[in-house]
Amino acid sequence: MAVDHDTSSAKFAEYAAPGRLVSTEWLAANLGTPGLVVVESDEDVLLYETGHIPGAVKVDWHTELNDPVVRDYVDGEGFAELMSRKGISRDDTVVIYGDKNNWWAAYALWVFSLFGHEDVRLLDGGRDRWIAEGREITTEKTERAATDYPVVERDDSVLRAYKDDVLAFIGKGPLIDVRSPEEYNGERTPAPAYPEEGSLRAGHIPTAQSVPWGRAVAEDGGFKTRAELEEIYRDGAGIKDGDDIIAYCRIGERSSHTWFVLQHLLGFENVRNYDGSWTEWGSAVRVPIVSGSEPGSL
Amino acid sequence: MAGMTDTHVPATLAEFRDEFLELPEPDRLELLLEFANELPSVSDEIASHPEMCERVAECQSPVYIYVEVEGGVVAMHAMAPPEAPTTRGFASILVQGLTGLTVDEVLAVPNDYPQSIGLTRLVSPLRIGGMTGMLMRAKRQVEAKR
Repeated sequence: MAVDHDTSSAKFAEYAAPGRLVSTEWLAANLGTPGLVVVESDEDVLLYETGHIPGAVKVDWHTELNDPVVRDYVDGEGFAELMSRKGISRDDTVVIYGDKNNWWAAYALWVFSLFGHEDVRLLDGGRDRWIAEGREITTEKTERAATDYPVVERDDSVLRAYKDDVLAFIGKGPLIDVRSPEEYNGERTPAPAYPEEGSLRAGHIPTAQSVPWGRAVAEDGGFKTRAELEEIYRDGAGIKDGDDIIAYCRIGERSSHTWFVLQHLLGFENVRNYDGSWTEWGSAVRVPIVSGSEPGSL
Repeated sequence: MAGMTDTHVPATLAEFRDEFLELPEPDRLELLLEFANELPSVSDEIASHPEMCERVAECQSPVYIYVEVEGGVVAMHAMAPPEAPTTRGFASILVQGLTGLTVDEVLAVPNDYPQSIGLTRLVSPLRIGGMTGMLMRAKRQVEAKR
């Protein structure tokens, strides 16, 4: 049974899918509601243990959502096992929050979506806002009874782009590069603080527009209003209704944040995340690369 | 003097490693969190002079280290924010494990020590790379200041 949407926010009401966000007030008032599971997903694998929203379970992007051997996500059986272990049922409403303006929360939400988990939402403002508002956190371990989550095969065809898809896509629709301008220009291969996620070549995919992910974030740490987002992505990056869109970054987590904005807040219907992103493209043999600040062409 | 290829895990680091390995995997993260909470604060002098410190670029979160060598004995200091407990945990293991050792003992610590403490699968190889970066930078500072 899905839990009611948060209809208290005038900002949310403007979005294409207002139900994809909840406010901290709403979450505080709805903790413990049957059918609602709160998930924390952070960059730092220990942050949850230092204190989390009461009743929240942790899902780690690296050790739980990724396959340990192949560079891929877990398969249908792996996801079902994970969900069962976390106490999440297929028809539960899942609210995800995390550090770094919900990078990893958005990434987890995107992976949940690959498995067609229907009702997944983000906490606007993420972990930082919850804590800044002085709301309750606990180090108490969350115990949830295991569930019987069905094995659902992952469907990569709608929300995920592979390298070959991107190659064939160049020139056919907007490609959005959400990394820092230095990474886009090719002055710097790894993100400023992430040298271990390097690649052999620097620059961007031909035709890609540079729209750093953080432009979608307001000063208060939540998402910007719909009008502000329209200005950035429609007026600024030239995305139009009906466009197929692919977003990428370095490993696909910041572009999940942008994917969320384009798909759910602005309502574009064909948005894919290229999770191979620069760590794959920048090391692949003979793929076209452009350096400098212009999008370039094939 | 130890040659480049002679490695030896000093007693404190060996003890830390064994403590991790003796625990069942799920409990090891809690031990890492204990280390994170134990990271000593740096002196006011170091805290107020960030230029003395070296940023560890291999870590995803801002962490700064400063290594002193006095009379052939090493003291390591590190600063990392509370919202980066994994990084604090790594720093704490090295600060506690390297401080008090001689220069040669620090230089003899194997570069793959971070891979030996049973955390790679739990925190991911990527994150363990941050600890390796911290160790290598500490050794380089020791070498430069010996």
